[in-house]
Amino acid sequence: RVAAAAYATAAFEAKTVPELMKALGAGAPAESKDVTITAPDIAENGAVVPVGAATTLPGAKRLLILVEKNPSVLSAAFDVNESVEPAFTTRVKMGQTSNVMAVALMADGRVLFAQKEVKVTLGGCGG
Amino acid sequence: REAEAASSAAEERLYDVPPFGNVSLLHMTDCHAQLNPVHFREPSVNLGVGDMRGHWPHLVGEPFLKAAGLRPGTASAHAFTSLDFAAAARRYGRVGGFAHLSTLVKRLKAGRPGALLLDGGDTWQGSATSLWTAGQDMIDACKLLGVDVMTGHWEFTYGMARVQEVLEKDFKGRVDFVAQNVRTADFGDPVFKPYTLRRINGIPVAIIGQAFPYTPIANPRYFVADWEFGIQEAQMQQTVDEARAAGAQLVCVLSHNGMDVDLKMASRLRGIDAILGGHTHDGVPVAVPVRNAGGTTLVTNAGSNGKFLGVMDFEVKDGKLSDYRYRLLPVFSNMLRPDPEMQALIERVRAPFAERLDEKLAVTDGLLYRRGNFNGSWDQLICDALMSVQGAEIAFSPGFRWGTTLLPGETITRELMMDQLAITYPHATLTEMTGATIKTVLEDVADNLFNPDPYYQQGGDMVRVGGLSYTMRPNETMGRRVDDLRLNGRLLEADRRYKVAGWAPVAEDARNAPGVRPVWEHVETWLRAQHGRVPARRINTPRLVDMTGNPGMIAG
Amino acid sequence: MRIRAQAAGDKTTVRVLMSHEMETGQRKDSAGKTIPAWFIQEITAQLNGKTVLTAEWGPAVSKNPFLQFTVKGAKAGDKIAVTWRDNRGESRTDEATVS
Ligand SMILES: [Mn+2]
Ligand SMILES: [Mn+2]
Repeated sequence: RVAAAAYATAAFEAKTVPELMKALGAGAPAESKDVTITAPDIAENGAVVPVGAATTLPGAKRLLILVEKNPSVLSAAFDVNESVEPAFTTRVKMGQTSNVMAVALMADGRVLFAQKEVKVTLGGCGG
Repeated sequence: REAEAASSAAEERLYDVPPFGNVSLLHMTDCHAQLNPVHFREPSVNLGVGDMRGHWPHLVGEPFLKAAGLRPGTASAHAFTSLDFAAAARRYGRVGGFAHLSTLVKRLKAGRPGALLLDGGDTWQGSATSLWTAGQDMIDACKLLGVDVMTGHWEFTYGMARVQEVLEKDFKGRVDFVAQNVRTADFGDPVFKPYTLRRINGIPVAIIGQAFPYTPIANPRYFVADWEFGIQEAQMQQTVDEARAAGAQLVCVLSHNGMDVDLKMASRLRGIDAILGGHTHDGVPVAVPVRNAGGTTLVTNAGSNGKFLGVMDFEVKDGKLSDYRYRLLPVFSNMLRPDPEMQALIERVRAPFAERLDEKLAVTDGLLYRRGNFNGSWDQLICDALMSVQGAEIAFSPGFRWGTTLLPGETITRELMMDQLAITYPHATLTEMTGATIKTVLEDVADNLFNPDPYYQQGGDMVRVGGLSYTMRPNETMGRRVDDLRLNGRLLEADRRYKVAGWAPVAEDARNAPGVRPVWEHVETWLRAQHGRVPARRINTPRLVDMTGNPGMIAG
Repeated sequence: MRIRAQAAGDKTTVRVLMSHEMETGQRKDSAGKTIPAWFIQEITAQLNGKTVLTAEWGPAVSKNPFLQFTVKGAKAGDKIAVTWRDNRGESRTDEATVS
């Protein structure tokens, strides 16, 4: 069970990645090819952008989905346990072109990430 | 009878394409609903930036002819380039037309048993009759032409229900509409068959569909609200692997990605023998071989407006592709006799609209064309008309790559005007935009055209701009390409509001704005006000920086 | 909620569509008044009554949220239940059978 009091308000209010890591009591993230971010190159709709975070590494404790240029960087945090694959997908809002990141918080304290640019465009043109 | 004899002799020479191998695919794409022969001027500006500079498809004029090994002054040189366009068009006549195409298809098929005819999409949109019949004229013509497999783009602008109705009522059991990259927006279920597996002369051949990945962005999303698109590269690899596992000895992709996207995709995926592409309207006379981890993938692009038919002959030996021949044949209507059955169909579908289509609006003094990275005289005319009729100081016209060409002295009929405007979201807009917003709009479109990563491009041209001058730096990054925006010589002020006319809004609410009218009403009003003659347009194009010597641009 | 749970081998892919405004608290209404934040904060999923997923969301998750995850060891006929709780304390649970 998740208790309502446990909601990580400070983390969800963090404006930058360093602020978020501080709120989570985590160190600086390092880029890793063992973490994957799945997202479109160009968003079909900035209000509904499918984003997935996954890792192939054992020992992930938590997977986060971040949108760097959103008013608050953290969109979603998924706990990893032995009953679930460390791979989650949701859909997020993006107000502008930004990097999106998948961050894996590891049991040994490492913080690993992958990122990708998602373009949010005004649209309209065509061949 | 003499003319007929001459035309059949010419047909013999140009269209005498000896068969080769054991699997043949005929490929048409982006005809934009042109049932009758037309003029269509290829671009004089098709810039490649970054790694794409100087490579197919970013070649025009002389560099194009050189790379293709074509002699200047020939019929083929005219078909593939804009060189000396008006004079060459008078000499070689019109191109395309479904009755002439039908004759060519039948002729080629006669020597190629089992050949499939592939339609890369943008087939149901681009003419008055297609708009007025919701694509039915084209659907009937394609059935008669014998299309076997199809994918789409502008087809989707008739809405999800219409597309599904056509698949159910017209295509079932006849035409396979394939698209691996269209899925439902809820749980991601496939909307169409991802691929079709056909046995050709005993060889299992897979044709995978790739619809235009950016349909919900480049066109209004509300037409395809329940569907998701995207390039879906990983899923494409899975589909290729699945087709191979199902026994396919030859795997081809019928693509509407646009050629730069196809070239990148070919470099990253394994197991695709050929990508037969469209969308960017590049008439490329060769198949470009692209190396990748699995071997080589051939990439082609078959032009637009019914001008060309791609003929891909494969030899499949010992379970795999061993050799090929590729030709992109121009369809010269003077060199091909119209197929009577198709001609009858065309006349039948046009008959109820004949009077509306043929109505004369004005005579053009100048050449009217659209294609090119920055502007064309047709778009300039549209911008001039919108500014004048709507009382705007600036006009935007979308960088569409379809729209037929008129020679100097030709009459602009309603049909020829509608060739430029016939879309299902034709609303004319009049918006107050700040100088800062205008710059943002131009930067956004410029990045869709010049992003060095093709996956971030949408395959149209730069939005055409009336009234406003600016400087363009294609090699720069997003936000830094456009500056020195001026109106009547004076710099735009970031905070000042300007009256901007436009059309083809992708936002749904623009449909319901009070007093909103379709763009063709304004253009027609303006044409009728010209007292019968439209003077040649002064074409407004940006000042380009660091593009001198780019073989994707004819100087001057 | 619409829930689809499909088993393939010992892995079950669960896809969920929820109905929720997911109001960010940053938008204004036509009168210029800020629309208060209203969004799902917590998600749990249970397989035959045992918790297999816990997650926390912020207001950047899209309206009518989508969630996909993969549960180990479930089989056809098992029950997957998904619960959300929002910042107003409202919650909802729906259940689906693994197919
Ligand atoms: Mn097209
Ligand atoms: Mn297209």
